[in-house]
Amino acid sequence: MTELIERPAPEIGKARRRREDARLVTGRTRWTDNIQLPGMLHVAFLRSPMAHARILRVDVSAARELPGVVAAFTGADLGPEQGSLPCAWPVSEDVVIPAHPPVAVEEVRYVGEAVACVVATDRYRAADALEAIEVDYEPLDPVLDMEAALAPGSPGVRAGQSNKAFTWVFSQGEVDAAFAGAPVLIERTYVQQRLIPSAMEPRAVVCDRLGEDYTLHSATQIPHILRVMLALTTGIPEHRLRVIAPDVGGGFGSKLQVTAEEVVCLLLAKRLNRPVKWTESRSEGNLTVHHGRDQLQRISLAAESDGRIRGLKVDLLADMGAYLMLVTPGVPLLGAFMFPGIYKMAAYDFRCTGVFTTKMPTDAYRGAGRPEATFAIERVMDELAHELGIDPLEVRRRNWIEREEFPYTSVAGLVYDSGDYGAATDRATELLGYAALRAEQAERRARRDPVQLGIGISTYTEMCGLAPSRVLGSLAYGAGGWEHASVRMLPTGKVEVVTGSSPHGQGHETAWSQIVADTLGVPFEDVTVLHGDTAISPRGLDTYGSRSLTVGGIALLQACGRVREKAKSVAAHLLEADPGDVDFENGLFRVRGTDAVRSIQEIALAVFTAHNLPDGFEPRLDADATFDPENFSFPHGTHLCAVEVDTETGMSRIRSYVAVDDVGNVVNPLIVEGQVHGGIAQGIGQALFEEARYDEEGNLLTSTLADYLIPSAADLPDFVTERTQTPATSNPLGVKGVGEAGTIASTPAVVNAIVDALRPYGVHDVRMPCTPERVWRALEESR
Amino acid sequence: MIPATFDYVRPSTLGEAAAALAEAGEDAKVLAGGQSLLPLLRLRLAYPSVLVDLGRVAELRGIEDRGDRLHIGAMTTHDEVVNSPLVNEHCPLLARATATVADPAIRHRGTFGGSLSHADPAGDLPSVALALDAEFRLASAAGERTVPAADFFADYLTTALEPDEILTGVSVPKLGPDWGCHYEKFHRTAQAWAIVGVAAAVRHSGGAVVEARIALTNMGATPVRAHAVESALAGVPLNGSGAGVREAALRADEGTNPPSDADAGADYRRHLAKVLTRRAVIAATSG
Amino acid sequence: MAQRKMTVTVTVDGVRYEEEVEPRLLLVHLLRDRLGKTGTPIGCDTGNCGACTVMLDGRSAKSCSVLAVQADGSEILTVEGLASGDEWHPLQRAFHEEHALQCGYCTPGMIMASLDLLQVNPDPDDTEIREGLEGNLCRCTGYANIVRAVRRAAAESREVSGA
Repeated sequence: MTELIERPAPEIGKARRRREDARLVTGRTRWTDNIQLPGMLHVAFLRSPMAHARILRVDVSAARELPGVVAAFTGADLGPEQGSLPCAWPVSEDVVIPAHPPVAVEEVRYVGEAVACVVATDRYRAADALEAIEVDYEPLDPVLDMEAALAPGSPGVRAGQSNKAFTWVFSQGEVDAAFAGAPVLIERTYVQQRLIPSAMEPRAVVCDRLGEDYTLHSATQIPHILRVMLALTTGIPEHRLRVIAPDVGGGFGSKLQVTAEEVVCLLLAKRLNRPVKWTESRSEGNLTVHHGRDQLQRISLAAESDGRIRGLKVDLLADMGAYLMLVTPGVPLLGAFMFPGIYKMAAYDFRCTGVFTTKMPTDAYRGAGRPEATFAIERVMDELAHELGIDPLEVRRRNWIEREEFPYTSVAGLVYDSGDYGAATDRATELLGYAALRAEQAERRARRDPVQLGIGISTYTEMCGLAPSRVLGSLAYGAGGWEHASVRMLPTGKVEVVTGSSPHGQGHETAWSQIVADTLGVPFEDVTVLHGDTAISPRGLDTYGSRSLTVGGIALLQACGRVREKAKSVAAHLLEADPGDVDFENGLFRVRGTDAVRSIQEIALAVFTAHNLPDGFEPRLDADATFDPENFSFPHGTHLCAVEVDTETGMSRIRSYVAVDDVGNVVNPLIVEGQVHGGIAQGIGQALFEEARYDEEGNLLTSTLADYLIPSAADLPDFVTERTQTPATSNPLGVKGVGEAGTIASTPAVVNAIVDALRPYGVHDVRMPCTPERVWRALEESR
Repeated sequence: MIPATFDYVRPSTLGEAAAALAEAGEDAKVLAGGQSLLPLLRLRLAYPSVLVDLGRVAELRGIEDRGDRLHIGAMTTHDEVVNSPLVNEHCPLLARATATVADPAIRHRGTFGGSLSHADPAGDLPSVALALDAEFRLASAAGERTVPAADFFADYLTTALEPDEILTGVSVPKLGPDWGCHYEKFHRTAQAWAIVGVAAAVRHSGGAVVEARIALTNMGATPVRAHAVESALAGVPLNGSGAGVREAALRADEGTNPPSDADAGADYRRHLAKVLTRRAVIAATSG
Repeated sequence: MAQRKMTVTVTVDGVRYEEEVEPRLLLVHLLRDRLGKTGTPIGCDTGNCGACTVMLDGRSAKSCSVLAVQADGSEILTVEGLASGDEWHPLQRAFHEEHALQCGYCTPGMIMASLDLLQVNPDPDDTEIREGLEGNLCRCTGYANIVRAVRRAAAESREVSGA
């Protein structure tokens, strides 16, 4: 007789504290750099001090003689075996994908590019050996400015070749007609500065070889993709290569990459038949972890005199850096569809030119293309409001898609499935005290207070949950967008989940356990989640683009459903009932209208013993599922920010920040809030503090955390966050992605606030980051 | 990153330290708290042959009341300065400025003497020492000497210290209760170095300035004394419109030669010096 | 006499170690590579990020900016020494309860810096917490929940001590 347990509270929607924390708060972590293997050697890379140069000679012979040095290799020594680092997103017919040897052979094209490597018995001796390597360079002209790079006669990043990497265009509607005779025309140019993602854990790789089998640990977001790409790049067969992402300390896109160091460590383990480790230093990472953003945006908007948008044109230059890395050229494309934002318009024209420069390649950084697009449209909406003399909230209201208009096909061709922009905006204005702040702003303006108040608005949406495979294929992306999960019940009724998502701080172990607990009716504590190891989790497409829950979480849900159906057939068999008469609730199978009950744990044991199973039933209670959604997910929300600007010094201080986001249904509100907080902080970082700067010779001036300023607790305000909840219609949980939303939303909110504060002085733009000096100069120029 | 090799000496008396430094030659470096030196070593921007670690030289640590002056041992940590009752009573400018140096963990290790000897123009303490007319005690195997602050800071990252000399301590005058003071630091993030800083000590009585000591951080290769402001402030009334202070502060950039670097342009620094000097004087004389 | 190798003695999380080291060995590498105390990570090379913060003779210090030889004779507490058995320190509990960590890489340093902050100021307000943690960078949380966690741990500790 089964004991009836009390109906547990549904796990989904509960602010479960994270199970990951136990190892993280006690220091019992598994960072890649923690790994010590017997006989392990340490790798260090010699890096180019020149932005652009021909390599005349690399001599590692003296380094090889030093005590503790096991080997040293130049790019030529590694030879064709090192292959070319992959670009998996050939966006257009005309895209140029240059050869990209992990260790440069003939030419270096950015400061930090590897020119040789050493392998020594410990990291100190490896670092010493670098200084014994001699390199002769013949300097070549650096190429640093995108517009200059495209001008005729510009030096080439590759001699005799254009610096144009690709062009990509999109057009919808009658754009010329929309602009011809438009009562209002706004034309602006915005600079999306180059950013350094700055995950707190520097990259690290440990690679071991046993016979013909390789195990590569890496601080990566993408163990599965990495395995495929390393196999294709090095020729080491995929089935001989196991990739493990242990605890990974943040990524934000920066660990969505196939890096030179991963390829080289694999080759070194192969050549030396010893385990090797490489751990980067922060200053090495600032030079050589792919950078983000770096676009020049020319945006034109045509509108009616009442503020309704007629059309939008965007002409983008996107700095690729010196090479195309994993998804480098695809990043601006992810933005291409988001420039229209939440607004209705009939015509849209987008053109993007990818440009090579002698800088570190750019690639995905939190939001990847969408923050750039959202910034431009949200800035321009404020300009439109100013031009018309109406409140910037009102101009947005006049243009946004109304709740009852969903699903709505945007001018860029996306089908926004659901949303309620009005509800989020109403709540945000209430939380901020919008009207009172406007009154205070008027007072400060009237009394010419040296400290002016600005209110910034950002009403955003974004496309995330990267998937669907078909759409990605139509954009020439090199992989699919599905995700995989498997679920197995153990004999004692516990559950093992294997997920193809690869967390690096998000909290999958907790959220996935909540989903399983509800769908299988087992206690949260009875679930374990396995991930990040291609031997344990052979199928997956990893974690980026806010895709884990909306794709991987749904795969998990479906796998659980299949387990439940299998269990039901066993339950029906044991209860001698028709499966159609068996109901499942809270982990119990019950024959309708009777007291006959079996728990799912009892079924698990019955399947294990296999004494009495339905004919043909294999004695295993497990299932796999792969989910490929039909659409992206479209979170949205309204972020409002009040900034005080000291007009004497130019210093901006965020006084209050309110975010009302709609990410659909929520599995764990605590995790969602954390994602929003962190996202806002990174977006504020772009608005106020961060910029990767190169000098006129192509040297990175911001190679340490003393120069590349990321905000500390003392530099940020508290955040007021709430949610509205409009379920997604593209997945059965009704969930939308949340990982990037905060970053996408916050940057324009902050800059709009600063500009709003400065309007009375005739300042209508400040280039990011809005440093005190830039604000002061903007004021000076308009005085 | 990882430092290059060096030899290491850990003396326990000043005599041993001076002898070790003399013996070690020009490429030796003194290690105080290491909070500036360690990053330089790790980035391999410095290659000392020998480090002479003063960490165990007890006589270099501590704050003493010496009549009308305070003596602060070179190895006294920033944290000890910030929390010293003597410093807070007699030289609050130093306590307040030191509280803005770096962050708490660095203030636990970093030392007063180390910061001054490093002489980074963006460092907060050199301008304070200059404003206070601090006296620097230098020792070597050959003997001791005293150098006034105005002569100690020679150039960018360069002081009057000879290669075999050790800064043993600094003495600062006690300022009476009729002195107000303030350190106005302007930086982009809490961790960032000062773009410009203003150290101000102002003696005032009967609602007017009697005398002022003002020095500027990061307005040149060394800290700069704002003499023009100091003279202009004398006798200026502190109540009313504040026009006198405002006028005086406009002279803050006189005699300065601020850098244009990745952090700020020289013209912006000149502008900031004026605004921040006004604010520093007002803060020093109110409350 | 100048030395190329030195023997240092340190007590780390209650265990005494004697190690022969090069003078240039960083304390954090002594902890991680020699003593296996990998709970303390490294996040930068300029003393900015604070990930490597430990308590060195009772006060917070960035173990990447201290030579092992400087720490000779010292008592060091790392995040690994905070809990007693499975009983977490109030700060560890508070970070967990307030979701004050995501990737967790900054967490050991953040907790050790908070420990120092609370021993100096048992009842900090939000501004004091933010300024007290200005030497520790986090890229995931935006700090809001870290501030809440420190406040929570402070309240809990005050309750326990009956203040």
